[in-house]
Amino acid sequence: MTEHSLAAENLAVGYDQREIIHDLSVRIPVGKITVIVGANACGKSTLLKALARLLKPSRGTVLLDGKSIQQIPTREVATKLGLLPQSPTAPEGITVADLVGRGRYPRQGWIRQWTKADDEAIADAMTSTDVLEIADRPIDELSGGQRQRVWIAMALAQETNILLLDEPTTFLDLTHQFEVLDLLVDLNKRDDRTIVLVLHDLNQACRFGDHLIALKDGAIVAEGNPSEVITEQVVEDVFGLAVKIIPDPVAGSPMVVPVGRHTTRNGQASPDNPAAKALAASAAANGICRPADR
Amino acid sequence: MATTTAGTPAQLIARSRAVRRARSVLVITIVGIALFATFCVSLSLGDFKIPVIDVVKTLFGQGDKATEFIVNQLRLPRALTGILVGAALGLSGAIFQSIARNPLASPDIIGVTYGASAFAVFAIVTLGLTGAAVSGLAIAGALITAFSMYILAWRRGVSSYRLILVGIGIGAIAMSVTSYLLTKARVEIAQQALVWLTGSLNGVDWSEVRALTIALVLLTPLMVLLVHRLRILQLGDETAYGLGLRVERSRLGLIVIAVLLAAVATAAAGPIGFVAFVAPPIARWVTRSPGPAMIASALIGALVVALSDLLAQHALGDTQLPVGVVTGVVGAPYLMFLLARANRVGSGG
Repeated sequence: MTEHSLAAENLAVGYDQREIIHDLSVRIPVGKITVIVGANACGKSTLLKALARLLKPSRGTVLLDGKSIQQIPTREVATKLGLLPQSPTAPEGITVADLVGRGRYPRQGWIRQWTKADDEAIADAMTSTDVLEIADRPIDELSGGQRQRVWIAMALAQETNILLLDEPTTFLDLTHQFEVLDLLVDLNKRDDRTIVLVLHDLNQACRFGDHLIALKDGAIVAEGNPSEVITEQVVEDVFGLAVKIIPDPVAGSPMVVPVGRHTTRNGQASPDNPAAKALAASAAANGICRPADR
Repeated sequence: MATTTAGTPAQLIARSRAVRRARSVLVITIVGIALFATFCVSLSLGDFKIPVIDVVKTLFGQGDKATEFIVNQLRLPRALTGILVGAALGLSGAIFQSIARNPLASPDIIGVTYGASAFAVFAIVTLGLTGAAVSGLAIAGALITAFSMYILAWRRGVSSYRLILVGIGIGAIAMSVTSYLLTKARVEIAQQALVWLTGSLNGVDWSEVRALTIALVLLTPLMVLLVHRLRILQLGDETAYGLGLRVERSRLGLIVIAVLLAAVATAAAGPIGFVAFVAPPIARWVTRSPGPAMIASALIGALVVALSDLLAQHALGDTQLPVGVVTGVVGAPYLMFLLARANRVGSGG
């Protein structure tokens, strides 16, 4: 799979009259997992959609391999860059294999003709997402986690080097969230895929992201590896919430512990918990007891 | 079972596709046979009854002079028109419903056929036209209605919900125009217009068959090319963009084809209600297909019209009903069922 590069230069983009991103330049690291984080309505999804050429920039350009993505035939883009929207819709009663097969569209000619290469790509996509066993089941019958894996398989059947995912874990329970994120790491490691995703959970972003982009009001506040980006100052700036950052006991990556307005239900940390006591003491020492004005 | 689980994953995928295809082929064959049977029965019935076996012989050029005249000259145009109209409506409905991803989006629910009707009634009542001129204006009406619908629903692309709501609105306007024209008309003329408005196969001849055949022959290659895209459009706009489909252009092309299909059908036989609306869901259900199920929709549409016309002609003895009355009786309960279900699950259709 050949590598492709994705970048934005002086990008301005939005919906109708409302401009969300005004002037943003970014280079997506090739072969890495990049996570876009930020508060609601900060422009995370807008940036992802602009990178995926779903939104047309009003100024600036999105560059795929150094060429403006709007100038490249859309079908050709679809062989280099795959997309999983936030809440994709499937026709009623479609089976898993049928849906994944539709991911072959950009690779097929005017009249759909199935080749051996198509079948192999579909089988490969379904094997790596572990949905081969349920190939003939209608997707309405699947659990949320299975369904999300099927959609990822459809994007994989496109055989693109770059994969963009808009909040792929939002509607899933904790187990399935980690299942999907683990899968993305596998895909990144196995084929050196460049993966860009929007996530809400900062701790998951720190664990699974090589590169983080923190957005606020449509502009990049911080960018870099998780320990550079996820600091108490940046999080307070981006989310308007006082937090403590401690090392994740499992992964060692930064872990965000919100302080909030009421530290507990009773308004104080449990006296029996030394860690909480220390945290409360340090919060008091730093003068953080309520979040910054929102 | 051992043989089906063996094999590489790629073979498994090929096999599951073959199974899906086999089911469609089987269903299409069965519906095709049922359609042919209905066709033969409708050719055999009438003032002068002809045994079905003689009808089949005549169709294959083995009949005697008398049956040949009755079958080929008197009854064949009507039966063929019914089948072609049904097929065109089934195809039109299948395209509209798949584009909008909504079973309510069929040309007879959103304004297209109402627009055609308003223009046809204008032609009959105000201009005093008959025959081909009425058909021509009906086609023009359908196209103008669809065009204004598309323009009004346009806002950085056409969303299916806006298309349906705008369509229903325009349909209501067209209907009120039709009613106004009818109240101004002389009784005999209004009577003539009303028969047209119900949708009827009475008095069709070879010219309708010819026009419909030409339209279907011209549109079929375009459909073959675009159906492929319809299957991608069904996944929603964003996914379709992501797969490299030129979404807006494809949708416009498909809408034009669907409108033309509905227009030629309406021009030939009037707005036969509910065929475009019920045929595609039945086709999807019997083929277990998530896709547009184009061929099955065409065949089911033809079967619905053929059966309905059979009932309309012969069920009430000497009284002949317009075929639209029968399709309406079948279709209206389905519309109510659909609306009730949509309300219950809260999906709004």
